[in-house]
Amino acid sequence: MNRTMTSVAALGLALMGSAAAAEKVKFEYWYGLTGDLGAVVLETCNRFNASQAEYEAVCVGQDGYEKAVQNTIAAFRAEKHPTLLQSFDAGTADLMLSGEFYPVTQLMADTGVTVDWSDYFPGIANYYSSSKGEFFSMPWNSSTPVYYFNKDHFAKAGLTEAPLTWEGMEAALVKLKESGQACGLAYAPSSWIDLEQFSMAHNVPVASNNNGYDGLNTELLYNTTLHVKHMENIQRWITEGVASIRTAAAGKSARDSFVEGECSVFFSSIADHNTVHKLKPSFAWDVQIIPTYEGVERHNTVVGGASLWVLSGKTPEEYKAAATYLAFLATKEEQQFLLENSGYIPVTKSTYEALKAEGFYSAEPYINRDIAMKSLTFTEPGPLTRGIRLGGMIQIRSEWQSEVEAALAGQKTMKEALDTATSRGNDILARFAKTYEGKSFP
Amino acid sequence: MRRAYFKFSWIAAVLLAPQLMIIFVFFYWPSAQALYWAFTLEQPWGGGNTWVGFENFANVLSDPYYWGSVRVSVIYAVATTILAMGMALILALFADRQLAGYRAYRIGLIWPYAVAAPAVGLSFQFVFNPGAGIFSYLNTLSPGVWDPSVYPWQAIASIVIAGAWKQVAYSFIFFLAALQAIPRSLSEAAVMDGARPLRRMIDLQLPLLTPTFFFLLVINITDSFTDSFGIVDTLTGGGPFRSTDLMVYKIYTDGFQSLDYSGAAAQSIILMLLVMALTFVQFRYIERRVHYT
Repeated sequence: MNRTMTSVAALGLALMGSAAAAEKVKFEYWYGLTGDLGAVVLETCNRFNASQAEYEAVCVGQDGYEKAVQNTIAAFRAEKHPTLLQSFDAGTADLMLSGEFYPVTQLMADTGVTVDWSDYFPGIANYYSSSKGEFFSMPWNSSTPVYYFNKDHFAKAGLTEAPLTWEGMEAALVKLKESGQACGLAYAPSSWIDLEQFSMAHNVPVASNNNGYDGLNTELLYNTTLHVKHMENIQRWITEGVASIRTAAAGKSARDSFVEGECSVFFSSIADHNTVHKLKPSFAWDVQIIPTYEGVERHNTVVGGASLWVLSGKTPEEYKAAATYLAFLATKEEQQFLLENSGYIPVTKSTYEALKAEGFYSAEPYINRDIAMKSLTFTEPGPLTRGIRLGGMIQIRSEWQSEVEAALAGQKTMKEALDTATSRGNDILARFAKTYEGKSFP
Repeated sequence: MRRAYFKFSWIAAVLLAPQLMIIFVFFYWPSAQALYWAFTLEQPWGGGNTWVGFENFANVLSDPYYWGSVRVSVIYAVATTILAMGMALILALFADRQLAGYRAYRIGLIWPYAVAAPAVGLSFQFVFNPGAGIFSYLNTLSPGVWDPSVYPWQAIASIVIAGAWKQVAYSFIFFLAALQAIPRSLSEAAVMDGARPLRRMIDLQLPLLTPTFFFLLVINITDSFTDSFGIVDTLTGGGPFRSTDLMVYKIYTDGFQSLDYSGAAAQSIILMLLVMALTFVQFRYIERRVHYT
C-alpha cells in the first residue's frame, strides 16, 4: 500500500515536472568545442537556462568542429537538425551557399531581440557578415594568432625585446642558438598562421576575387606572393638549426616543447594563452603579435575560432528562444565568463573597453592577453584583409599541409610544393564552383 | 555442381523478409545512393545536384595522388594478409601441438579480434611513437633513426604491423579449428610411417588446410581494404605526406571532412569494384588449387 502511494506520488511529481518543462520553449544547440572548452559551452547553457524561465537550451557536444558540421549535415538531410550550430569558418562555405541558414541580423530583427551590431570589432564583423553588412552568424569564441616566447631564454641570449619583424625574429633565433639554446622556434606547419593570417598581416592575397569574396571563379595566388619567401625562410631556419619541427605526430607538439622549456618560441592562437598558463611553465613567458617583413606595411589579422549559425526549418518560437540565447551570449557578463574560462578575446568594443577600465588585463593570468586585440585592430580591414571565403577550404588547407610537410622532409623544393598545392587547390575550387553553378556568396 | 530447387512459399518469403529488408536498407539503398552521387556533383546541404557523367571518375583516376593511395592500399593489404596469416598459422600449429599452456594461449590469442581498430591504433601509438613509444629506444641508440612522422616506409610498416596484429586472431581461430578437424587417424598413420612433426605439417596438415587458407585469404584481403580506417586514423592520420592515405581513409577525409560527397562516392564505387575484382581473381585462379575433400 505504502509503496503504491509513493509510486503514485512519484508519477504525479514526474507529470508536474514534465508539465513545467513543457511550458518552456526548447531548442537544440550542437557545439564543436571539446574538453575544458566544451564544459564552458555547456555552462553557458546552464547559465542561460537559470537566467530566465521561458526558454531552455538543450546543448549537445559533437566532439570537434568538423564532426559538428558533419553530424549537422546528416541530421539536416533527415530533418532532425538543431536550431543552433557552432561551426568553424573553414566548414561554412557550403552552408553559406546552400542558404539553409537564418542570418542573425535578420533573426534579431524578426524576433525583436536587440543586439548592437555596430559594437562588434570590424575585424570580427567583416569576417562573419555578407557583402551587404548583414551578420550571417553570431561571433562567439574568437581568437587570432600570436607568438609565445620564453623570457628567460631571451634574457640569457641578451634579447630585451620580442621582435616585431621576421628579420628581427631570425636575428633573435640566431642569438638564442649562440646562447646555447638547442631549439629556438618550435615549428609546426599551420596553414591558418603561416598562410592565411600571414597574408592578412602583409596585405597580400591568398586567392583572386579579393580572397574569394567577389565570386566563385576564384584561383589561389599564394604561390606568387611573399608567402613563398616566408616558407623558404622557415625551411632555411630548420636547416640552419635555429628552428625545429615539433608536431604531435613526431612525438611532441610545439606547445608542449615550449611549456617544458625545451624551445623558446612557438606560434599559436591566443586561445592557448589560458592553456599555457594552466600548465604552469617554470619560466617567465609572454606573447607578441605575429611579425611582418621589413618594408611591408603591417595590416590587421583576422579572427579565428567559431561562430554560431542559426539553421533553417524551425518554428518561430524556437527562433525566438535561440535569438534570446545569442543575445545572452553577447552580454558583457557572458563574454567575461568565456574570457575567464578560456583564452578567447572579447568580440565587442564596449566589453573590451569596460574590461580594460576594470583592470581585467592588468592582472594575472590575463596580462597582455589583449595583445590579440592590437593585432586584430591594427588597421581597418581592407579588401584583402577581411578574411577568406573559399569553398573546399578544409581540403585546400590539407593540400597545403601535405605539400609543405613533403618540402620540409626534403622530397621537393618549397616552391614546387606550393605550386602543387596551389594547382590542386584550384582544382578543388573549380569543382566547388561547378557544384554551386550560378550561385554566389551572399 | 548440384543445384537445389525450391517451390515458392509464402512462409519462406515472410521469414526471409526481415533479413532482406536489413540488407536492402543498409546495403543496397546506400550503395545505390553512392552510385547516383558518383555521377553528380552533390551539394552537401541538399538543394540540388548537377549530372556530370563520368567526370568524378575521370578526376579521381587522373589524380597521381589517388594512384599513390591505391598503391599503398595494395601494399597494406598484401603485407597485412601475409603477416597476419603467417603468424596465425604458426601459432595455430603450435597450439594444435598441445604444447604446455596451450589452453591459455588459445584463449589469449582470440582476444585481439575483439579490440576495436581505433583502440588498436591508440595502443600501437605507445609502441611506435618516436618520442615516447617502445621504438623510441632506437632513437637513443642513433638519434632520429625511427620517426614514422618523417619516414613514409616506417609509417607504412607501423600500420601494417598494427593491422596484422588485429587480424592474427581471426585467422588463428579458423586455422586452429581446421587443424583440429583433421582426423587423428591420418596423423597417427603418418607417425607410424615415421614422419616427424615438421614432415607431418608440410605433407599432411598444410595441404589439408588449403580450403581454410583460401577462405582466410579472401576475407583478409577484403578486410584490409575496407576495415583499415580506425588504425590509420589513430596511428598516422594518412601521413606523412599522404604515404599512408589508404583508399578507405581518403574516402573518409574527402567525403566527411571536406564535404566532397561526389568525389568520395566515386572513390567508394572504385574501391567496391576493386575488391570485387580481387575476389573474382582469387576464386578464378587460386581456388583451382584448393582441394575440398
